[in-house]
Amino acid sequence: MTHDRSQHRHRSASNSQSPDDVTDVCSAMADDVAELVRDAGAEGNVVVTRTHHGLTRFANSSIHQHVGDDSTTITLSIAVAGRSATASTTTSDLSSVGDLVTRTITAARQQPVDNRWPGPTPQTTNQLAVDDAFDAGTADASPAARADAVRAFVGASGTSTEGQAGIAPFLPSAGQTDRLGARYRVTQATSTTAAGYLDTEATWTSFASTTGHRVASKATRATIDGIHRTVDTSGAAHHTSWQLADLDPATAGIAATTSATWGQRPIDIEPGDWPVVLGPEAVASVIAFLGAYGFNAKAHLDGASFVNLGEACFDPAISLWEDPFDPRAVGLRYDAQGVARQRYPLIDQGVTVNLAHDRRTALRAGVECSTGNALLGAESWGAIPMNPVLRNGTSSLADLVAGVERGLYIARFHYCRVLDPKTQVVTGLTRNGTFLIERGTITTPVTDLRFTQSFVDALAPGRVIGVANDNRYADSEFGPGMVIAPSVSLARWSFTGGASG
Amino acid sequence: MGADVFHGVDTTPFGWVDKAIESAIAAGATYADARVCSRRHQRLIAQNGELDSVANTDDVGLGVRALVGSSWGFFATSDLTDTSARRAGQTATETAKASAIVAGPPLRLADVPVAVDHYATPCTEDPFAVALSEKVDLIVAATSTMAAVNGVTVATANLMFWDIDQWFSSSQGHRIHQHLVESGCGMDATAVNGHETQRRSYPQSFGHVEKGGFEVVRRHDLLGHAHQTAQEAVQLLDAPLCPEGEFDLILESSQLALQIHESVGHAVELDRILGWEAAFAGTSFLDLSELGAFRYGSDLMTITADATIPGALATFGYDDEGTPGQCVDIVRDGVWVGVLSGRDSAHLADVQPGGMVRADGYNRLPMVRMTNVGLVPGKDQLDDIIADTRHGVLMATNRSWSIDDRRLNFQFGCEIGWEIVDGKRTRMVRNPTYTGITPTFWRSMDRLAGPEEWKAWGVPNCGKGQPMQVGHTSHPASPARFRNVRIGVSGSADRAGRR
Repeated sequence: MTHDRSQHRHRSASNSQSPDDVTDVCSAMADDVAELVRDAGAEGNVVVTRTHHGLTRFANSSIHQHVGDDSTTITLSIAVAGRSATASTTTSDLSSVGDLVTRTITAARQQPVDNRWPGPTPQTTNQLAVDDAFDAGTADASPAARADAVRAFVGASGTSTEGQAGIAPFLPSAGQTDRLGARYRVTQATSTTAAGYLDTEATWTSFASTTGHRVASKATRATIDGIHRTVDTSGAAHHTSWQLADLDPATAGIAATTSATWGQRPIDIEPGDWPVVLGPEAVASVIAFLGAYGFNAKAHLDGASFVNLGEACFDPAISLWEDPFDPRAVGLRYDAQGVARQRYPLIDQGVTVNLAHDRRTALRAGVECSTGNALLGAESWGAIPMNPVLRNGTSSLADLVAGVERGLYIARFHYCRVLDPKTQVVTGLTRNGTFLIERGTITTPVTDLRFTQSFVDALAPGRVIGVANDNRYADSEFGPGMVIAPSVSLARWSFTGGASG
Repeated sequence: MGADVFHGVDTTPFGWVDKAIESAIAAGATYADARVCSRRHQRLIAQNGELDSVANTDDVGLGVRALVGSSWGFFATSDLTDTSARRAGQTATETAKASAIVAGPPLRLADVPVAVDHYATPCTEDPFAVALSEKVDLIVAATSTMAAVNGVTVATANLMFWDIDQWFSSSQGHRIHQHLVESGCGMDATAVNGHETQRRSYPQSFGHVEKGGFEVVRRHDLLGHAHQTAQEAVQLLDAPLCPEGEFDLILESSQLALQIHESVGHAVELDRILGWEAAFAGTSFLDLSELGAFRYGSDLMTITADATIPGALATFGYDDEGTPGQCVDIVRDGVWVGVLSGRDSAHLADVQPGGMVRADGYNRLPMVRMTNVGLVPGKDQLDDIIADTRHGVLMATNRSWSIDDRRLNFQFGCEIGWEIVDGKRTRMVRNPTYTGITPTFWRSMDRLAGPEEWKAWGVPNCGKGQPMQVGHTSHPASPARFRNVRIGVSGSADRAGRR
């Protein structure tokens, strides 16, 4: 390898190239840096990530922030004589990267031996024959294309009608039209103001280890997430796909404006234990916490996880899979350690059966191999399921609501925080759609409530009344494209405060 | 001030910044500014007497902001060349123009003095010059000490350092270089039994960060506090649950800092009040028509946003719009009098821009951010406040925090509490929590400790915006008492297992 050749290859990375050309440039860069590491007498892994992100934010029904970002990041995880260090840089000229390699090796040499260093990812790691979840149209989406989609969402204001009101707040996804709420009617459309964002993101990642393991993957994601607001309430909608063309901003806008219109003049109710039907966004928050604090193998090894493998911690209606190969799944095909992503169960009919591992936790736990869940730049956090899918049940959302004598429908949770990771006791609030269910029908909007609830207990055996068949990408408040979840009916949820405390 | 203020500073990045601005204006922007930001971050983590990780993160790039009509266009690139800078400027303007498809009222920028200046954080001991071996030895020893306490299952410690160079120019003639240095440390011990985990942290649960060098770490003496931190974690497992009811609450200063952050700092962000962050971060219960009249808290409550406090984490020379760091009154004698604002929002509240717009690195659009938002100290002492309390709970060190999207209904959990009975600190209690409504809570503050117990707590993990930006804020506070607060909130499962 010569300095000039590498500089030439690196400079050629730009978004005017085809997606495959970008992959080639990133892979060449990863190879060159891995060679630098090897030549310096170290071992390890190199990840080159190029992102092209476009974001259109709107508030008060107009676009106010419109941004784009092209960045390349090189991440090193290396060791010298078992002493490890990591580093990353956005500088991609080889001389600067060479300096970083030297500094990182110098840093590693000053460390004690890292007994948990799993070594560079071996060449024998499986390589996948699965197409990337990548759409060139999404990667190339223009600011004007995003703005057009936003216009459709914003333009839904005032479209709430009696006919739509029965379905829109609970639209599981674009095009689905379950009918709910026979008693509660909106008789007059209300003008609402919109806020939210639409973004498109393309990511190219190339991985090279000093042992010669080389893989590459690319992925796209598009999301519209927004609210419509009245004076005293708001309604939300969320669509995520790996293809921009899958989003339906007009339908999302109607769902949000109708939910907001329905939610006007909410009443206060007494906190306490209530039966609930959780919408997909609320369920996604629960799943995100179970994944980060429970199925994270590092948390388990540290004794902070609720998981006891083989134990029926959950109701048999609950089956949670890590499924990067779901046709809807967004994300890369390899993790940050170059390990192929895997499809496997975390909860099988209520029984906890697996943890999410990276190569470090696999080594600690003495299990055969990583499950392909290493996070880039966050090894100290552990491994987290990146494509959790809560399996559908057989009921419709309407069936779940119909089965509740007196309870609450919760669209979303907000600002959830763990009080105790071991028991998964979490506090948070409801947001963007809380409704009273009476005799199987949604009747009245309710002011937001605070809850303090163990997420594990909420899904315990006998507590899950039903799981709907409406799973989709839902926003968990921790970001888009993380959880596919359906609506769920639960016997009890502990609300510890109302809007007034 | 003049160009000579840059003596000794590498001015090469100003060339890229200028090209980006020229290109943005040529493409039709009415205003443009740009930053080259070079950020170096080092984080070391140790666990149970072993080094867990050493990570060095460098990010450098250019971000350019262009104003067209009602919208900002922003474009960032990590490719620092003349060609890339020009492309970034042009793309920022073209992106802003596309916003006209869903246009709003034109944005108006408030005037600020055009500055040509250089600012640097006073720093005694460059944290990146301190030998890695010394840093590693410190946190390995601290975690060894904690892990040696019987009952501790996980002991972690971390050090974190930032070194930031930023070159900023605007189409109005700003030309500013800043060199900011931040250093921090933290450690925690976790004890686990079959039912739950208990954790104690020092100096606070997120680690504590200040503007300055390695002297910040030395001053906090991790090793000297390791044993007590671990002991308290173990003791908590057997401590009784925090009593439930409405009685007096005394908060030590780091928890009060987070209370300020969540229920004052975010609530007075003008972009939230105006609905610009409504979809994700949320709005505010505050109504601009009540600015200058709304009773936020008791007469003891005076809060400033002061970006000039020496050593505080959110102290700087200029914000990312080129507005000087300054001290702004937010609440005076209990009355709401100020907001956190930027050049594009200040006129909507009829205030001057407060120098509070910052970005998380080169590739994020600057937005309204808290500076050092905190309480002006009172005159009491914690011991006197305790002695004056008939029945209450003293709570310390944040464990959880949650507040609604209008910053009104909050619930906090702390790591540790002590019941106060007849003026004396009595038994330790576990899982202490409290909840309330923002103005009701602040109006109940009747005792506030003085300058001797006042500290500007650094909060290095403030999330806001889309995509999420992590901001570094700080909140000066001293211990205070609040009357008749709802304490000991628990869900049904916790109630069932109360002991």
